[in-house]
Amino acid sequence: MKDKIAVQVDDLTVAYNYKPVLWDVDLKIPEGVLMAVVGPNGAGKSTLIKSVLGIVKPLAGSVKVFGKPYEKQRRHVAYVPQKGSVDWDFPTTALDVVTMGTYGRLGWMRRPGAKQKKEALEALEKVGMLPFKNRQISQLSGGQQQRIFLARALVQNASVYLMDEPFQGVDATTEKAIIRILKDLRRTGKTVIVVHHDLQTVPEYFDWVTFLNVKKIATGPVKEIFNDDHLTQTYGINYKVSIQP
Amino acid sequence: MDIQEYFSLLFTDYTLRTITLGTALLGAVCGMLGSFAVLRKQSLLGDAISHAALPGIALAFIIMQTKNTSAFLLGALISGLAGTFWIRSIVKNTHLKSDTALGLILSLFFGFGMLLMTYIQKMPNANQAGLEKYLFGQAATLVESDIWLMFWVTLGALIILLLFWKEFKILLFDPEYTLTLGFNTRFIDVLMTSFMVLAIVLGLQTVGVVLMSAMLLAPAAAARQWTDKLWVMIVLAALFGAMSGIGGTAVSASYNNLSTGPVIVLVAAGFVGISFIFAPNRGLIAQRIRYVKNRNDLKLHKTLAFMYEIAKTHEDFQHPHAIKLFNNFQGYSRKSMKKLAEKNLITFDQKMWSLTKEGFEQAANLYNQNPQKP
Amino acid sequence: MSQPQIEIQLIAMLVAVACAIPGTFLVLRKMAMISDAISHSILPGIVIGFFITQDLSSPLLIVLAAATGVLTVVMVEFIQKTGLVKEDTAIGLVFPALFSIGVIMIARHANDVHLDVDAVLLGELAFAPFDRFMVGGTDLGPKALWVIGSILLITLILLFSFFKELKVSTFDSQLAATLGFSPALMHYGLMTTASVTTVGAFDAVGAILVVALMIAPAATAYLLTEDLKKMLGIAVGVGLLSAIGGYWLANYLDASIAGAITSVLGLFFFAAFLFAPHRGWISVWRKRRRQRIEVSMLTFLLHLHNHKEESERHIDHLQDHINWQRVRAKSVLRLARNNNMIVIENKIISLTGKGEQFTDEAIQHITSDKTTALESMKDEFFLFRG
Repeated sequence: MKDKIAVQVDDLTVAYNYKPVLWDVDLKIPEGVLMAVVGPNGAGKSTLIKSVLGIVKPLAGSVKVFGKPYEKQRRHVAYVPQKGSVDWDFPTTALDVVTMGTYGRLGWMRRPGAKQKKEALEALEKVGMLPFKNRQISQLSGGQQQRIFLARALVQNASVYLMDEPFQGVDATTEKAIIRILKDLRRTGKTVIVVHHDLQTVPEYFDWVTFLNVKKIATGPVKEIFNDDHLTQTYGINYKVSIQP
Repeated sequence: MDIQEYFSLLFTDYTLRTITLGTALLGAVCGMLGSFAVLRKQSLLGDAISHAALPGIALAFIIMQTKNTSAFLLGALISGLAGTFWIRSIVKNTHLKSDTALGLILSLFFGFGMLLMTYIQKMPNANQAGLEKYLFGQAATLVESDIWLMFWVTLGALIILLLFWKEFKILLFDPEYTLTLGFNTRFIDVLMTSFMVLAIVLGLQTVGVVLMSAMLLAPAAAARQWTDKLWVMIVLAALFGAMSGIGGTAVSASYNNLSTGPVIVLVAAGFVGISFIFAPNRGLIAQRIRYVKNRNDLKLHKTLAFMYEIAKTHEDFQHPHAIKLFNNFQGYSRKSMKKLAEKNLITFDQKMWSLTKEGFEQAANLYNQNPQKP
Repeated sequence: MSQPQIEIQLIAMLVAVACAIPGTFLVLRKMAMISDAISHSILPGIVIGFFITQDLSSPLLIVLAAATGVLTVVMVEFIQKTGLVKEDTAIGLVFPALFSIGVIMIARHANDVHLDVDAVLLGELAFAPFDRFMVGGTDLGPKALWVIGSILLITLILLFSFFKELKVSTFDSQLAATLGFSPALMHYGLMTTASVTTVGAFDAVGAILVVALMIAPAATAYLLTEDLKKMLGIAVGVGLLSAIGGYWLANYLDASIAGAITSVLGLFFFAAFLFAPHRGWISVWRKRRRQRIEVSMLTFLLHLHNHKEESERHIDHLQDHINWQRVRAKSVLRLARNNNMIVIENKIISLTGKGEQFTDEAIQHITSDKTTALESMKDEFFLFRG
């Protein structure tokens, strides 16, 4: 069934300030999964995503997307950064931010036109933000800002989506809306990788999971590997979480 | 000469026209490029660059031995860029913070520049150096060739801005995301920084080392308050900058003994003050009005919620209740009663009140509403 | 040395010490640019004071100018609080405006005010000995010496009385508040001291160079130590040496003394920036390179630890799979071998017992403790460093 590998990480090591934050991580993420990356604070979850995207330069190892180096496959990868990583007081509108998702395909100096605008509007529609398209971004709630970021990634129309804590500080409605969209993406064969904090919701939201704490603890289908054993290995001694089947 | 006379002379007097054009162009290009500095949170970098340019000007004189504006500009450009890169290197390689690095480079370069300038004054051909004007600027020394230079730089900046508009915008908003889209962010960054240094160096002759940073920041900070669109902000900043230039020149030409630089800066500061206070939405007055309105709304909502609690207990929610129930309720007043009645949410007479159908529905919604209104 | 020469050096040294002390706290509190703002915005205060007193070293003028300095800080904080612009833009807006007001005031009253903007900004130490402090016909030395001497004395008294409070509020303002010292009081106290010192010193060295004397010694010291007392000591020392060195440099070049002092300060900072033992550029660069090799080796050891299959442990795998250039792979291999972490047989690399133990402990350390580095472990296990 799931035999095509979407993202392959080999022996990836990243160090900040002389200390490994990711240490010899090997990962094979099959195409079409909706995967959570879980682990304690400082486990290198964001770093993993950022080094897949080439934002962080690894000390060793390589990343391949559909069998080729990431630099050649940028078009197939979309990124949803943490909401807190940008200044939301920036003078721009929701539609404008979403249109930025088309910039990569446009390349240098070409301006977005009617086609790009249409794509952006469609993405806004998908995340339920169409009525807010002309709203200044600082006047959106945290959940709405997160939806805008999601829409921007949707516009990229990629095969692999990397998301850094998309549920951080969003309201319950937005969380439901986002997970619905993610499941839609999976249904159409896209691969979605999400840095996730809330262990309770892992079985409900995701079908694939990676446990990470500097080194890889385990990766695989939620049904098979999401258990107390791996949680304890990841989070430390006697970490218990009640798992609903 | 008064201001009216100034404007009538503007079209006939060659010198006056040159100076006015120069300050207007400078204001426009500084406002434009200053918007980037403000949005990138590099507001004080301009101050550091302008001070760091001083030793370059002095060294250019020592090497060339004559007064040569292009050589001065080149020297200023090199030493300004050197200062900028040293600041970055300090922040990147040591644990000193960026404010320390800025203050350090600013004062050390300036001091070194001072040393060189006082040294030059002892040299035989010093009287033709005219270096002091770079300290406080002398718009009066602007000549036609300076204007052409400013014009070409402004035009160049404008063309680059239009060509790379999309790239600038996305880099300003979200640099990491820009990188993931495959753009060379370092190239965009160097392009932006170089034009900023160029604008600063051009401005030194007119407004001087000390006040240059205000030329960059003030128009941009004022423009930001009036709009939520990037292009409008940049156009407005250029406009405010140009108007400050013209206004400053007009005022200083109308009085004796007023150097142009400080007046331009004060006019620009006036724009900032007006914008901070009066701008719609963001301005202090608008903020205050919104605050009072929210407080009043909250009061009405509280009263309505209280009424809802009472009305709910009765089978018919429109059943009238006594007004005196409110005697111990904080935040209640006749005025809020009237306000609610105006909005058709309640009806009341001397002693009794009752919720209308709309009032009941709205009160019920107060409880299960999203925090964000659509 | 003539008497004026000695007096000039004495003044320069006092200014240097008086600046270094508040400067150290400004640098530690990340407020260095505030001192730049204050140094410019005191101008209108000086001008108004001069209108009233006609004397640049009158105490009233110093009070008025210092008040303008504190006003600057208050205005900057007010603008920051409105949220209309980002933090540092507020600084960049306030001081040029105040400075411009000062310049215009001077220009409009050029006939009554014998005050030169150049003099305020740049100062002229060489003239300081000519302005004497006379009491009843007795010459008590240069006025500037008395002014800056008094300011230094007050600064020192404040420093010794409130050292503990200053230290706590600088490094942990929340702790300071719970201990009962008001961080706001410390903040404004420091701002007032900085303003007074700036005003007292501008006459001698000029406003912009006061900034250099405040920031550069402190920044130089901060590259050499993180202990507050040592930092104050080094900053004062650097200030004193620059004052004397700068004087003689200016004497030799026949140029501005203030400019020369700043240039010497610049040399001190540049030397510290390059050569400081732990935080200097060269040391950081070497440490980074060494750590890179060592972390690479750690990675490599963990790789061996994780992969028992021979193909993953083949010597050529280092180059192609782990994606390292040949050079680094070689030095990593050498380091691991020199430290007896690995053995190579038939081009197949295996961990030694020591290597296994080290890797286990390193994994344990890194996953459980995210803040401290691995240095102590390396000291224990390594025979050779990278």
